[in-house]
Amino acid sequence: MKYDAIVIGAGMSGLAAGIRLAMFDKKVVILEKHSIPGGLNSYYQRKNFDKGGIRQFDVGLHALTNFIKKGEKGKPFSKLLKQLRLSYDDFKLCPQSYSKILFPDYSLSFSNEFELLQNEVMEKFPREKDNFMKLVTRVRDFNELDLTISYSSSREVLREIIQDEVLIEMILCPLLIYGSAWEDDMDFAQFVIMFKSLYFEGFSRPEGGVRTIITLLMEKLKSVGGEIRFKTPVSEIITQDGKAIGVKIGDEEIHAPVILSSIGLPETAKITQALHEKMNPPIGAMTFLESIFVLDKKIPLEKNDSTIIFYNDSSKYTYRPAQNFFDPSSAVICFPDNYEPLVREGEGVVRITYMANYSQWKELPRPQYEEKKAEVAESALHLLKKVITGFDEKVLFKDVFSPTTIERYTWHLDGTVYGSTEKSRDGRTPIQGLFIIGTDQGFLGIVGSLLSGISMANLHGLMGAEA
Amino acid sequence: MTAANVRQIVLDIISDIAPDEDVSTLDDSKSLREQLDLDSMDFLDIVMELRKRHKVEVPQEDYPKLATLESCVSYLSPKFA
Ligand SMILES: Cc1cc2nc3c(=O)[nH]c(=O)nc-3n(C[C@H](O)[C@H](O)[C@H](O)COP(=O)(O)OP(=O)(O)OC[C@H]3O[C@@H](n4cnc5c(N)ncnc54)[C@H](O)[C@@H]3O)c2cc1C
Repeated sequence: MKYDAIVIGAGMSGLAAGIRLAMFDKKVVILEKHSIPGGLNSYYQRKNFDKGGIRQFDVGLHALTNFIKKGEKGKPFSKLLKQLRLSYDDFKLCPQSYSKILFPDYSLSFSNEFELLQNEVMEKFPREKDNFMKLVTRVRDFNELDLTISYSSSREVLREIIQDEVLIEMILCPLLIYGSAWEDDMDFAQFVIMFKSLYFEGFSRPEGGVRTIITLLMEKLKSVGGEIRFKTPVSEIITQDGKAIGVKIGDEEIHAPVILSSIGLPETAKITQALHEKMNPPIGAMTFLESIFVLDKKIPLEKNDSTIIFYNDSSKYTYRPAQNFFDPSSAVICFPDNYEPLVREGEGVVRITYMANYSQWKELPRPQYEEKKAEVAESALHLLKKVITGFDEKVLFKDVFSPTTIERYTWHLDGTVYGSTEKSRDGRTPIQGLFIIGTDQGFLGIVGSLLSGISMANLHGLMGAEA
Repeated sequence: MTAANVRQIVLDIISDIAPDEDVSTLDDSKSLREQLDLDSMDFLDIVMELRKRHKVEVPQEDYPKLATLESCVSYLSPKFA
């Protein structure tokens, strides 16, 4: 079989790349190991033991970042709509009410109107007023899409501009946990992307959750004639004279002059002998645990009307693998019920994310693994009671997924979520014809990885010399 | 094919790529980018659509020739001849 291009992985970046290539009549196939699309942002179901029937859950999706209002132009989300020829209305976006960064002595709220955060900083850190505006200008003027910039430490840049250490920690907290492959710090280009995505633009959630997005992408792929194969793990990327020429799936070989891999840089090196000889990218250490609670009713708005709480129990934010299985000293607490319209009927849902430690989870034998997961859920529930005064809703159902769950269903080494600390910003690898898309091209989250798939397909599949 | 036809072909493509844009009020001598919300990704789409719909090839070094409607027409007309 001969194709113009092969895309490895049907996560957000792979689907977007496949759509772009097929749209312009490239013969393209997406090869996916799992039985369903979505990758790190997929979905699953659990039997509901109390009531019978089945409950559906999203894997990721706390929030779709980069919120825009209908008709807003020149923003990442509007670019994505245009490039994939999707309509704004199809996403059925429900905007957040507001979110907050909750530290012991301060709390900062932010929403889809940047003024809120600006006012909060001015009120709570009046001395930093001018400095914060300096940072805002620096972020606004920075061209994060320049594919040639190299790593610089966000902490260092922040310390040059802002005096108050607590404010620095608070600004960093959501940005790190929503997208840093680096421990306790992040690349400044990545900081700028995240600052714009979270603070300038904000959060929303498609009605119906991640399935709404995946369905849109799958329908689009079909309509432009893209091919996709599930339960089709790529076991090897075949090279000849330093050039990628195809892939192996079991005994079958598929050939194409362009291969776009979304599985991660170390993961790609692992199945490409010739790449492995040239580089040994580190496996990202950041991985997480997620507890999901289904409540008998939605938490009343008097008790909590925020959408996401970024909680930290001290004035210093630690972002690194947990020392002991999981780290309850900080968490992301997401209330999917608090996206507009804030209806109060029906069951409620809360999702709580902790930083975790892959190797400890990996080594746990079965019974202890289940016990540990129960411990996580208990801790998360305890935290919820601490943060929401008067919380007395009944938990009908709970589920916890761990770093090993992530590894088992996405094949990211060590359950890494934000990929390697080595990124390939222009998508190129030392192997001609083999390109990296998605997380390890340096653009992550749902919107980021979709845009990565689009721009890398454009650059290497449509404009590239090989195609 | 007349200049008016070529102009219409380009307008049709732009309307499909950027459905929210009003192309009826465009000034042919002014840069498209300044009048519409078009970025380099959209210009790539114009080129791709020209290839897909009309088998017209625009090499990368010629992209600047698509800057205004006027320049599009004068650059593309010979290719449609
Ligand atoms: C718990 C959690 C919560 C999150 N919450 C959010 C959120 O609220 N908002 C947000 O924007 N982002 C969120 N993210 C991040 C977001 O999910 C990712 O950044 C994004 O989905 C990455 O997409 P990708 O295409 O780069 O990679 P992936 O989604 O990892 O896609 C890679 C695909 O390749 C497949 N694959 C692997 N190996 C092979 C092989 N050998 N052969 C064939 N296929 C293979 C995998 O199965 C997978 O489908 C969250 C992630 C997690 C884990």
